[in-house]
Amino acid sequence: MTDTTNPLGLDEHSHGAGVHVPDSKRDARTRSFDIADFSVPNGREEEWRFSPVRKLSDFFTDAASAAKLTTSGDLPEGISVEEITLEAAQELGILEPEDRAAVVAANRAPTVTHYSVPANTEVDGAAIIHADGTGNDLTHGHVVVSVGANAKATIVVEHEGMARYSELVSLVVGDGADVTFVSLQLWDDEAQHLGQHDAIVGKDAKFKHIVISLGGDIVRLNTNVRYSAAGGEAELLGLYFADAGQHFEHRTYIDHNTPKATSNVHYKGALQGKDARSVWIGDVLIRPEALGIDTYELNRNLILSDGARADSVPNLEIETGDIAGAGHASSTGRFDEEHLFYLMSRGIPEDVARQLVVRGFFNEVIQKIQVPEIEEVLNERIEDELSRSVL
Amino acid sequence: MSNLKITDLHVSVNTETGLKPILNGINLEINSNETHAIMGPNGSGKSTLAYSLAGHPKYKVTSGSVTLDGVDVLAMSVDERAKAGLFLAMQYPVEVPGVTVTNFLRSAKTAIDGEAPKLRHWTKDLKSAMENLRVDPEFASRNVNEGFSGGEKKRHEILQMEMLKPKFAVLDETDSGLDVDALRIVSEGVNRVKESTDVGVLLITHYTRILSYIKPDHVHVIIKGKVAEEGGPELAERLENEGYDRFLQASA
Repeated sequence: MTDTTNPLGLDEHSHGAGVHVPDSKRDARTRSFDIADFSVPNGREEEWRFSPVRKLSDFFTDAASAAKLTTSGDLPEGISVEEITLEAAQELGILEPEDRAAVVAANRAPTVTHYSVPANTEVDGAAIIHADGTGNDLTHGHVVVSVGANAKATIVVEHEGMARYSELVSLVVGDGADVTFVSLQLWDDEAQHLGQHDAIVGKDAKFKHIVISLGGDIVRLNTNVRYSAAGGEAELLGLYFADAGQHFEHRTYIDHNTPKATSNVHYKGALQGKDARSVWIGDVLIRPEALGIDTYELNRNLILSDGARADSVPNLEIETGDIAGAGHASSTGRFDEEHLFYLMSRGIPEDVARQLVVRGFFNEVIQKIQVPEIEEVLNERIEDELSRSVL
Repeated sequence: MSNLKITDLHVSVNTETGLKPILNGINLEINSNETHAIMGPNGSGKSTLAYSLAGHPKYKVTSGSVTLDGVDVLAMSVDERAKAGLFLAMQYPVEVPGVTVTNFLRSAKTAIDGEAPKLRHWTKDLKSAMENLRVDPEFASRNVNEGFSGGEKKRHEILQMEMLKPKFAVLDETDSGLDVDALRIVSEGVNRVKESTDVGVLLITHYTRILSYIKPDHVHVIIKGKVAEEGGPELAERLENEGYDRFLQASA
């Protein structure tokens, strides 16, 4: 059997809370479009135990809302948008909601916004969609992105303003397609955002999913990948910076249900200030049919001040040993004083040295994003976080 | 002309079991353009002296003084010492993930000079310093010390010394882990800085090998945290032949 614990030979291998063994198999969790299949969470459930559910009760309530995000932005040639029904969305082969908030969002979203790219179309440049919050009313949204076989597209959704937003994002990546989807959370301080992002990845397709969470009171995003055939590649990148009182929770679930696929999950976050909180849960299921797959997941957290807390839990379920590789690394640590000493010994003042180290910490993810259209806004926002820092 | 003066310096290191005294009254004085070799067996306190001068938080000065041109160095923060003109080439340079060599060097130069270097001169100077030290141009875009070989780390330290032009440079076992070719390249780098500036060099070493490339004016032998003997270059030759045994026996 392949060495499945540490194929990359990383010697750093520490877990804040130890490897958590879930009560049941990951795929035993309910998936359905029927709200009645999900009870209202009380915070003790496996999937909600880290979340401030008491502040989120109306996200679980089955009630309609007229509120919508205001969207703007020009779509590049090759991408079109239309409003469709949930039934029509289901016919595209989207995955079912996996928790109460997502199922309510799917059923109560006033419409499904469908972005589509026809087969064999290479879209030049990224589609940048500005989605602005309009206030305190709970907002439901359902976004579907379908990209045809051998097509190529990059879609960026930039969330800003004040919103209490619950969404289901469904991505259908055709065979041989190359799709990048970016979700930027640049919300106002009081905003709350729950989301489930699902991707079904086609034969030999490439899918890159990028989450950047910098603003908001609560952001909780679940990103799930499943493959529709062999040979798909999924890369999930995440970057977050939690300040005092912010709760940023990111969950990833790679369901290796086909042979010869790959997945690479890479999330990095910094935390500073009282009650800054981050949660990363990385689930990987390697099913018996997932022969020859290769998976790796990594989460690193940098704690910049007292009073912050990061939870980091990788879960790996392996049902076949006949794979190319499977591993994970998770670490949560404080600022390395040796880094600081080295930079300062070259004359660099402490505050600048700290900023250099934090920027360096994020660089590893930033270098992998490769969407030039968002580089500027991203650098600006990270500089902004650093300049407001209590370092 | 500058002067670095170490007077009756006592230093303890923070360990898990408390403060442990390492330096027990070091006296040493060096002027611009001088090269002093500081030699001694392992564990004698040579690196402690180097880190204490740079202000590493692990080392606590319990008494004594260090002055640079009469100004109290021990009262300065780590970055202030560098700005005052002290430089430490480390034995074990630290990896700083995500920070490129270019970015690091420019940040350091800007901090030390108090203004950003003129881009055209800076690029030219950096390029020629890198060529002289035989480092790959691609080196500049790599992250600081990340994945560097032992020799590359040491060359990177000397590159910094060339670019930052300190008044006094402490080279902490810069020769350790270098093969003959790398030792020659690194030594040439140090000699270039000596020729082009008035730098005073404190060359900390266990072996005499590097002293055939970088000629010391004075040699100080440290044993158990004190200067046990001082002399000219001939003292190094004697150590080459006799080792440290006679000091260790005398102090035992």
